[in-house]
Amino acid sequence: MKSLFDWLDDRTGWRKIAHEAASENIPGGARWRYVWGSTLTFALVTQFITGVMLWMYYSPSATSAWESVNYIQHVATGGWILRGIHNFMAQAMTVLLILHLLQVVIDGAYKAPREVNWWFGLGLLFLTLGLSLTGYLLPWDQKGYWATKVATNLAALTPFFGAEVQRLILGGADYGHHTLTRFFALHAGVLPAATVLLVVGHVALFRKHGITAKQPYRKPDARFWPDQVLADAVACLAVLAVVMFFTLRHHGAELSAPADASEEYPARPEWYFLFLFQFLKYFNGNQEIWGALVIPGLIAVVLGAMPLIARWRAGHRFNVVFLTVLLVGAGFLTWQAMDEDRRNPELQLALGRAKRDAARAVELARLRGGIPPAGAAEMLRQDYATQGPRLFARHCASCHRYEGHDGLGITRTEEYSAAAGDTWASIATNRATTEAQVRALNPTVNSPGAPSPGQKLRVPELASAPDLAGFGSRAWLAGLLDPAQVAGPRYYGGTKFREGKMVKYVRNKVAKFTPAQQAELQKVIAAVSAEAQLPGQRELEGRESGLIEAGRVATRDTLNCTDCHAFRKPDADVTGPDLTGWGSREWLVGVIHDPTHERFYGKSNDRMPKFGADGLLDSGTIGLLADWLRGGATVP
Amino acid sequence: MPSDGKSTPATESRRSFVKETAALIIGAVVGVVPALTAAWVWLDPVRRKTSSGSAPFLKVATLEALPLDGLPRRFAVVAEKIDAWTRIAETPVGAVYLRRVADGSATGKITALNVVCPHAGCSVDFQPARPGYFCPCHNSTFATDGSINMPSSPSPRALDSLPVEVRGREIWVRFQNFQTGRHDRVPLA
Repeated sequence: MKSLFDWLDDRTGWRKIAHEAASENIPGGARWRYVWGSTLTFALVTQFITGVMLWMYYSPSATSAWESVNYIQHVATGGWILRGIHNFMAQAMTVLLILHLLQVVIDGAYKAPREVNWWFGLGLLFLTLGLSLTGYLLPWDQKGYWATKVATNLAALTPFFGAEVQRLILGGADYGHHTLTRFFALHAGVLPAATVLLVVGHVALFRKHGITAKQPYRKPDARFWPDQVLADAVACLAVLAVVMFFTLRHHGAELSAPADASEEYPARPEWYFLFLFQFLKYFNGNQEIWGALVIPGLIAVVLGAMPLIARWRAGHRFNVVFLTVLLVGAGFLTWQAMDEDRRNPELQLALGRAKRDAARAVELARLRGGIPPAGAAEMLRQDYATQGPRLFARHCASCHRYEGHDGLGITRTEEYSAAAGDTWASIATNRATTEAQVRALNPTVNSPGAPSPGQKLRVPELASAPDLAGFGSRAWLAGLLDPAQVAGPRYYGGTKFREGKMVKYVRNKVAKFTPAQQAELQKVIAAVSAEAQLPGQRELEGRESGLIEAGRVATRDTLNCTDCHAFRKPDADVTGPDLTGWGSREWLVGVIHDPTHERFYGKSNDRMPKFGADGLLDSGTIGLLADWLRGGATVP
Repeated sequence: MPSDGKSTPATESRRSFVKETAALIIGAVVGVVPALTAAWVWLDPVRRKTSSGSAPFLKVATLEALPLDGLPRRFAVVAEKIDAWTRIAETPVGAVYLRRVADGSATGKITALNVVCPHAGCSVDFQPARPGYFCPCHNSTFATDGSINMPSSPSPRALDSLPVEVRGREIWVRFQNFQTGRHDRVPLA
């Protein structure tokens, strides 16, 4: 062994190099304040190791990037740990860079003759931020896609040739395959190579000039090995512990829904860019360039000029104050941005929606044993559970409700002046909601039992068509056949059928049913609901086939539903909608396609558009809506 | 540990030894965590078994597409494929040579050969003029029934024959690939 080392030493002289590095003098002894450079080197090496391994799984294209990252996160064993370390170490690096910068400025380590090393350090700071920015896009998820889009749109503010600069960054006019290939080449090739070059220069110059020891010395001089190395190792261990803590807590790194240009998402950059994001809010349309380019550019110039400024008498003090103000300001803007977001309920809803989409995409990929070649975004576009609530909110919710909201969780409200005799409870009943919700909508109205007459209140808007949550189910039908509910806000209250035959039947006949007739009604409900063949009732209906069979007889013979409705056989002189297959996929698709068809509401249709027949929605879209309303489809 | 000037060279060196050991251990831990994670993820393909049990029969052709003349004809084998994250419903996964020889039965005797050369995995080509199969990579040659017909042929074994079933008018083949370069047939999982 020794002779091998001797041979190697003879050819390379490594012993002298190692000895010089190890025995470097630390005036005043090893100190914690000198560890930042070493922790940054450790972070960088970790990023290289984990980054190369992620590279082995990653595929940079618009239809495979999210898919390959999903594979890393959810399929490859240990992939989520790898991703978590890479993600959180990148964030730790930003923090460590700030600490290193602070220590260097406060200790005056940037002053002559170390100007060039200061500039190398600043270069490394910008390279690291560049690595963060390019890395953020690579998963091609909604979060990275929209945040990076904002950042690259700002590049178009570049004077004279902004459009060209943007095309060069994106690899074309819009986001796509070439944006990813370009960003990936920067992230895994150009920027790391430049970082290595600058780190080599940075360390070489640091060795040339030696450490800038903090005065006064507390201890006698020490050597780099083992005194400072021990402190550095402990600091690296602390960094790793923090990174592992976040990795385990978040189960890797977040992967939001696959990027989709047609699906809005509240763009927010990574937290350490939030101050810039918030800063931009203070500039109106034409002055944007000041917030995005000019002022950040000037700050960069001041940072670069710090060693020169320090030549003046008060220069060093100016630098320290400038940096402190800068960091405090950035910290304040960051807090402000986070605080605004926390208070924004619509943003929270959108984030919740994106989270659901992400979970659904992961679930679908797992259930189907893979993602179609067209990619995960397209898979979600064809998924009833993802599209149903959106389609409902866009096309149905101006009249219908879904559990009182618009399908996406937003409750439309209107103003209402309280009438004499109104109580919180009666208003809640009239608006098909709970007392708690009405009170929550009016936090400033402080009257315990009832609002005083004439008081202006915010209440849920009255629906002009039934609430379709659970449509086709026994519970929904039972509500329709309840004399107290049939003309209420959840059913026909807002429609012209409020005065119709069905309402009259329920209020005049059903209201007076004997217990025996009530029992028959339950059978009818089971039988008609069975027509819908809802996925959620399949098991129940399998067990209760006898009840359903009895209900079919009762529908025709006992309760005379077939006086107005056709049921399981054609009937020419009916007036109400066909109960054959009522609520089934085929029936729902039919009624959305054309409610004025004689099988449904015919000429008595109340304002519902002919979505299919008039070309408002294509048949595939109507199918997604029907599947969602029915709570499931034949394929997952 | 304030330095009071009383420490002897012996205590100094003991202190130094403790520090060196601690630095080495902590340094090793810090380096090993990312490196081991990376290695663990890198080894994922070795741990992952793609399929279990025997390969399923796949529909490859119909009797109409394969004349009863004893001449091999090449057909693509189409199946569902899962490639890492992508699931493709129907895509070519390989090819076979089918051959139908009259043997007095209604359909004749049908044999299937995998087109992959058992030598190094190139795709063989049937040449009626020889007659036989010829591999363009290293000049392996095979007879029309797939057996090695020349001692100079580099292939270690005959072309891989595959089980065939006739279902109605359809020809189904249990399609499988095998490790190349060996005398025995070892299925690729």
